[in-house]
Amino acid sequence: MKTFLILGAGTAGTMIARKMAAHLDANHWKVIVVDKNDRHYYQPGFLFLPFGYYKEDDVVKPIRNFIAKGVEYIQAEVDQLEPAQNRVTLANGRVINYDYLVVATGTDIHPEETEGLKNGGWHQNIFDFYTFDGAMAMAPAISDFKGGRLVVNVVENPIKCPVAPLEFLFLADAYFTRKGIRSKVDIVYATPLPGAFTKPVASSVLGKILEKKHINVEAEFNAGVVDASRNILASYDEREISYDLLVSIPLNKGASFLGAAGIGDELNHVRVDKQTLQSTQFENIWALGDAANIPASKAGAVIHFQMETAYKNILQHMAGQSLTHHFDGHALCYIETGFDKATLIDFDYTHQPFPGKYPLPGVGPFDLLGETTVNHWGKLAFRHIYYMMMRGIEVPLPTDFSMSGKKQILDQSPA
Amino acid sequence: MTDLVNVALNAEGFMIDPNQWTKEIAEILARQEGIDVLTPEHWRIIDFCRTTGLASGKAPTLRQITVGTGISTKDLFALYPKGPAKKVAKIAGLGKPEGCV
Repeated sequence: MKTFLILGAGTAGTMIARKMAAHLDANHWKVIVVDKNDRHYYQPGFLFLPFGYYKEDDVVKPIRNFIAKGVEYIQAEVDQLEPAQNRVTLANGRVINYDYLVVATGTDIHPEETEGLKNGGWHQNIFDFYTFDGAMAMAPAISDFKGGRLVVNVVENPIKCPVAPLEFLFLADAYFTRKGIRSKVDIVYATPLPGAFTKPVASSVLGKILEKKHINVEAEFNAGVVDASRNILASYDEREISYDLLVSIPLNKGASFLGAAGIGDELNHVRVDKQTLQSTQFENIWALGDAANIPASKAGAVIHFQMETAYKNILQHMAGQSLTHHFDGHALCYIETGFDKATLIDFDYTHQPFPGKYPLPGVGPFDLLGETTVNHWGKLAFRHIYYMMMRGIEVPLPTDFSMSGKKQILDQSPA
Repeated sequence: MTDLVNVALNAEGFMIDPNQWTKEIAEILARQEGIDVLTPEHWRIIDFCRTTGLASGKAPTLRQITVGTGISTKDLFALYPKGPAKKVAKIAGLGKPEGCV
């Protein structure tokens, strides 16, 4: 009996477990998935928790609901991975010898890596919304906010879902406007990037939306220290921003056992070939989703697009064939812009987001880089589509990126 | 005395061909960035960026530099004020670092 081991039962781990159980002969293969949690989070929904638009039930389900038939699920922490021995030791002492390994342990926030961020103000007037606990803890601080300066800060890139900080800003603007206190709230976005987003055309479009909403951008801001006693966020080049409420997107890192195993980069994201998603060091190891160090967005839609190529490559490798399926870095993100509107971006490794229609060229119904109510409905509907995907119901979205029906805009500024 | 007359630069002042780079060019580029004297500490970072940048084809990010050299972010900002990753990449004759996606 051979073992196909998957570490992590989030979006990527859940999907690949189902694919492998469906394609491997159960008489010869055992598929095991390990996760430290027994809860499956709809992570894109965390954004809505601080504003009270979603409740706990909307974003939390038992992991077991999504584990495919024939897959063994073990709830345990990983203690050690020894890739040269094809061996994983769990915190409960159990040792699993594997033939193939998929790492899908994601990426997580590390506030302790920024001086002062966790000293004093954490979960008092400093919050994150990238964890369930952080987003829930922030909700009363948002509803009780009477005015002052709200600062959203990205400590360092890459981060999971690079558009979420923008969405948070747009939603905060709409929330305080509807409450009638927007004029008393100063909203600031402090980012290490030179502008609103990583890609030039989208950055310009999103930058204009920020401007229109009177959200001030403090660009090229590398957060160095938080002084919670004075409510000051300071950059390494000694710029100081005072805050009444600080929403931090702390440094993102992969699981520490990956660094210890020698297969992670300086942020513990697994070094893989960006097209095949196979480890560059061990040919029986793959990394999917946020855990991989590919230069694509860390987002659920990316995982959906990865899945087709990844499982076929794994099957080819098992059959001793060369890997012919290449992931193109395709990402698709709905971006909430507030007041029940949203925009949408579609891009890959080589093409930045451009305006156009999606998924049907020229027809839509969704507008790429346009702000529409239909896009907002798409965003809300996505939660239901997500849970369908996690249950293994096929969703008819084109996997490969396409430029058809899009207006290519020449770069005004370099990427 | 070398100057930049024969060095191909892009619109943002990054060298187009890293093989054209010399230590003399680095000193001129450093002065343009407001660093008058390159100390051994400056050079340690430039050498690291040259080695890893030429091997991977990409200028290292801030995090790759701090982890790779053991120099703290604070010290890196003191040596190369404002944007160290961008500044070192420019002085080391490499392209702009892709910090993000």
